[in-house]
Amino acid sequence: MTASLLVGQFLSGLTTSMFLFLIASGLSLVFGVMRVLNFAHGSFYMIGAYLAWQVVTWLHPVGEAFWPAALAAGLGVAVLGAVVERLLLRHLYGLDELYQLLFTYALVLILGDAAKYLWGTGQLSVHRPPVLDGGFQLVGNTVPYYNLFIIAVGPAIAITVGLVLSRTAAGRMLRAASADREMLDAMGANVGLIYTGMFAVSSFLAGLAGALITPMESIVPGMDVQVIVQAFIVVVIGGLGSFWGTFWGAMIYGQVLSFGILILPEFSLFSVFALMAVVLIVRPWGLFGRPIR
Amino acid sequence: MALLSVEDIHTAYGLSRVLFGISLEVDAGECVCLLGRNGVGKSTTMRSIMGITPPRAGRVIWHGRDMTGAAPHRMARAGLGFVPEDRRIFAELTVWENLDVAARAARRPGAWTIPRVCELFPILAERRDQRGGFLSGGEQQMLTIARALVGNPELLLLDEPSEGLAPLIVDLLREKIAELKAQGMTILLAEQGVAFSLALADRVYVLEKGSVRHAGPAAELREDHALLDRLLSL
Repeated sequence: MTASLLVGQFLSGLTTSMFLFLIASGLSLVFGVMRVLNFAHGSFYMIGAYLAWQVVTWLHPVGEAFWPAALAAGLGVAVLGAVVERLLLRHLYGLDELYQLLFTYALVLILGDAAKYLWGTGQLSVHRPPVLDGGFQLVGNTVPYYNLFIIAVGPAIAITVGLVLSRTAAGRMLRAASADREMLDAMGANVGLIYTGMFAVSSFLAGLAGALITPMESIVPGMDVQVIVQAFIVVVIGGLGSFWGTFWGAMIYGQVLSFGILILPEFSLFSVFALMAVVLIVRPWGLFGRPIR
Repeated sequence: MALLSVEDIHTAYGLSRVLFGISLEVDAGECVCLLGRNGVGKSTTMRSIMGITPPRAGRVIWHGRDMTGAAPHRMARAGLGFVPEDRRIFAELTVWENLDVAARAARRPGAWTIPRVCELFPILAERRDQRGGFLSGGEQQMLTIARALVGNPELLLLDEPSEGLAPLIVDLLREKIAELKAQGMTILLAEQGVAFSLALADRVYVLEKGSVRHAGPAAELREDHALLDRLLSL
């Protein structure tokens, strides 16, 4: 193994990690605060990708339309999430978790079909924004600027959300809501509104992630289910509901996948499933989670 | 007109009925005590008033307005400060964070600020940056009361504040509650401890099996031990 190969695999793993973190962070936040395991989170990501394509197509197929399109995709999906939470999901709080699982799974099917109806079943693609075209050389590897951008966005979002949670009034409210919803409500906070806001923010992150993947991968039906499985693995490794756990879970996932392919090329996804199995056996609550609550 | 009047409320958890027509009144400046043993419906009465477990029948009138069935956060913003029996501290949040969340949630700025509740309970200032979960039972109880106070309530609902605490702490809490009362705070107290409640209350409602068995001034029960024994012996 040469240094060039190692650096190359590391960077490719890091890109995967940061990308998955963008998606898994929203999943983890919603579970942490609301105790809802949102199976449709991957569908929100897919809708974000299609929305970005749509807006880019409307505005200008090649130019810097990508940036407003990414923002629009995030906001569009945030509105979708808020509507879903307010009108539908809210009726399932306090019921058996199975109902939430069935409901969000139904959403996966509905949104999947809706996407096929609106955008067809063909592959769609979006150009890289011109400002991030090209790449640079690093120990014999060509690193696209766009990958570097993704690698920077992950920690930026992690630090922002981390600071908001630990240092701001909104973060304190969210942590209180996560600890005891009924008590916070009896203290005067409109917890229903906090939940809608939390779900909208989580959906925004999913939509944004969907938009940001479009220059790297083509948009196809089925990308929703593929990504939700990966995001679940990340969240399980890190510990359900632990925000920083999700960050490190994504870091580990990316590297294990990247170097796993190097060692066992025939079993590309085997390594991460094996990792999850080991974590579940040794620490069922995840690397950064806490047992029972 | 009474500050709070509860009119013939019936409350149930699913199929199990707990309150069978409770009526009571609290006037401004009073300390009213709900006295009774475990399971007679004291906590459920509190939860019904707060709207956490809304009554199936009857009315909760606050300042002359019918608030039956209003969401708990509306009751809190209308001026009810709730101190639940199991304390319900946010264990992951520090003492200061618990108080800050409470002050922001109630949205009722007033004389009770975080520094002022720390004057009432100096231990909270000492423990400012400790997580709520690491406090002792007595400290947690003081924090829950402080948390209700920073919302500047007009009526403090205190559910079994002395439960499970060491005698010395119970005495301290009684002094603090008496101090609040002397400052003009209206209090509805639910208690099993006869001495504790009679020391503080102006009026007493003795509850039994979800109904009011006796209502009268606390002085009457303080003097008439035979009556007290009869009411609480069953």
